[in-house]
Amino acid sequence: MIHITSEPLNPQEITELVRKNGNGAVVTFLGVVRDQSEGRRVLHLEYEAYQPMAEKMLHQIAQEIRERWAIEDTAIAHRLGRLMIGEISLVVAVASPHRKDAFEASQYVLDSIKHVVPIWKKEVFEGGEAWVGGEEKGAAPAH
Amino acid sequence: MRFFAMYRERAGTSQVDMDLPEGATPEDLMARLRSAFPSLPTGSSALVAVNSEYADPKAPLHQGDEVVFIPAVSGG
Repeated sequence: MIHITSEPLNPQEITELVRKNGNGAVVTFLGVVRDQSEGRRVLHLEYEAYQPMAEKMLHQIAQEIRERWAIEDTAIAHRLGRLMIGEISLVVAVASPHRKDAFEASQYVLDSIKHVVPIWKKEVFEGGEAWVGGEEKGAAPAH
Repeated sequence: MRFFAMYRERAGTSQVDMDLPEGATPEDLMARLRSAFPSLPTGSSALVAVNSEYADPKAPLHQGDEVVFIPAVSGG
């Protein structure tokens, strides 16, 4: 399941999507808006996506998980728009028969999202705002 | 041509249509955009997507292609 939405994310519902009797391990990751960044007090974040491409890339990542770990049960949901401190921006749920694959695959999903999926966040902090990006300069996505 | 994130804010618009000569590439388009929108970020770090896929900035564009410059992403 791939979902990009402006509505609040429900981690429990998203996790239920990957729970099956053959899966002994379920890993759910939540990305949460934190209250400070580089010493600045963050007021809120604004997320924006090139949505058709972002969805396409997330489907591609789910396909890579399928090929590399034989994992069929992946759910990725990303929220857009204005998010306040403590709100959930991202839910990734991966389920597999054993925990090692589920952990590895969910890590892979998160790294891929950080590097190739066209979603951007702007930090609005006390006294200013800035688009976040370029922090992982060494890791340019493959074309 | 669509703009997102910092590019959208700097350009002051989210979309622009451009007429380009036959065989023009995303690189050529970028050069034009920089003169049309001098406040666009000057770093060359943005990748390019054509019709929702990462693309070669030196490959010729076609009529009706949707081009997006992708500044460093920061989802999650």
